[in-house]
Amino acid sequence: MENVLSINDSTAASAMPWQRVFGAYVAEARSECLRYLRAPGFILPMLLFSTVFYLMFGVLLNHGEASRYLLASYSAFGIIGPGLFGFGVSLAIERDGGLLTLKRALPMPPGAYLLGKMAMAMIAATIVTVLLVLIGVFLAHVSLSVTQIAKLMLTGAFGVLPFCALGMLVGTLIKGQGAPGLLNLVYLPMAFLSGLWLPLSMLPHALQTIAPIWPSYHLNQLTLAAVGLNNGALLPHVLALAGYTIVFLLLAVRQLRRYG
Amino acid sequence: MPDITAPIARLDGVIKTYARLTALDGADLQIRRGELLALLGPNGAGKTTAIALLLGLIRADSGKVELFGQDPQHIDARRRIGVMLQNAALPPTLRVGELLRLTASYYPSPRPLAETAALAGIGELLPRPYAKLSGGQQRSVQFALALCGRPELLFLDEPTVGMDIEIRQKLWTAIRQLIAEGCSVLLTTHYLEEAEALADRVCVMAHGRMIHEGTVEALRSRVSLKRIRCISALDVELVRSWQHVTDVRRDNKRLHVTTAEAETIVRRLLDADAHLSELEVQRAGLAEAFTELTRDADQSSADPSSTTDQREAA
Repeated sequence: MENVLSINDSTAASAMPWQRVFGAYVAEARSECLRYLRAPGFILPMLLFSTVFYLMFGVLLNHGEASRYLLASYSAFGIIGPGLFGFGVSLAIERDGGLLTLKRALPMPPGAYLLGKMAMAMIAATIVTVLLVLIGVFLAHVSLSVTQIAKLMLTGAFGVLPFCALGMLVGTLIKGQGAPGLLNLVYLPMAFLSGLWLPLSMLPHALQTIAPIWPSYHLNQLTLAAVGLNNGALLPHVLALAGYTIVFLLLAVRQLRRYG
Repeated sequence: MPDITAPIARLDGVIKTYARLTALDGADLQIRRGELLALLGPNGAGKTTAIALLLGLIRADSGKVELFGQDPQHIDARRRIGVMLQNAALPPTLRVGELLRLTASYYPSPRPLAETAALAGIGELLPRPYAKLSGGQQRSVQFALALCGRPELLFLDEPTVGMDIEIRQKLWTAIRQLIAEGCSVLLTTHYLEEAEALADRVCVMAHGRMIHEGTVEALRSRVSLKRIRCISALDVELVRSWQHVTDVRRDNKRLHVTTAEAETIVRRLLDADAHLSELEVQRAGLAEAFTELTRDADQSSADPSSTTDQREAA
């Protein structure tokens, strides 16, 4: 099809004021959050995975500086979940069930679908971070300044985005109920290999060397910095995460364009 | 200058192929303002592809696709349509009212929520989560989502599948009301009585092309078949052996005969069975016309694989 379409009808009837377009983005994000906050089977595993681990290893088995270190690594672990699963599982299911097709046929503003899911993931990541901070401060007695807490929350809210893009990419590769399994195959090994479960120094040297290729490694460096355990430069890690976001997003969009 | 007789949506010589399969092979379709056009055809005839093109979900390999004079992928064109697809698993935890408000937010001047709900007959469902509804109620909600944006053109793909008779009748009433308001409708359906009850025009597809387009009457008159019904003890196989008899079946005491030569067959039936009673003769309906048309199309394209699909569609 060429761009030689004749306009035989006034388009004024369908002009949409920007306030209504903005309202559509808000409505989409609101619906996306509501539907998942009401689905405990979906939201609870994302919230409980990292908090239960932290309770066991950061409160029951460890004290002091170890708890501070574990707060950073379980935060990273907890932040990744809503991105990967919130995006990947829902996209895979909605591609399968025809909802994505319906949304594409409807005049939903471009990007509202993805922005809605992003908002949901950012909120879920923030909730995970809040829970971990509460456990850290009140149960593990980790002393954190207000600035440190704020930095950790900020890392959570934005650090989820590269994993949204990765989840989206996985969601475009697989349809329906197979997605959670595949995502776990990405999530768990990646978390292990980037030192989120055991400190990197306890892993074989070869694995330590390749750790920076995992996006989760860079997120962990940022959460460590937020709680005061990493004084190195942060910009390379931020850039690495931004780079991963762009690459995953471009691949996912290409995949969606081609195969729907 | 807007031309009110110009089609508001059209396909013009559209070809669309998937890997090895040619889904559309020079398809032409025009939808005019204020009409209900029923798109009929056996499974695999290309209906779904035709709709997907008009909705901007896929792109044509060649030919022209227009929606309100624009590319359907242009959002301004789609702000004037409403869509009900065959299967769309809506978010189960959202309430009906929330789904309606969300969909209405995509449109420049949607209907008020209460008006949409009343028109689709789902007023009492508004506070309920979508997952708690019956299959028929879910279809009604999907219909409400299609009309909530005050569309000028409504795409209804198999809208009444899974609906009981009462809900189906309500939906038909609502569709007639929308058409009375000036809305156009493109309907695909497997129920030919639905097309017969609602359509101004029907377009029959087979093998990726339109093989007939016209009014329901014109389509019916293309077939010369008549239906004869009577109470008779005559043997089905005997009647089947008579010349000009296309089909015979028995339903308890009642005999159903399909033929192009009603007068000859009625005379013969009366001669053969003196006790014959409750004789009725009727022109064949859309179903017979459809079956005949698609059978002709199959024969001319010599594709034996689609004969089973055709029965399913009829």
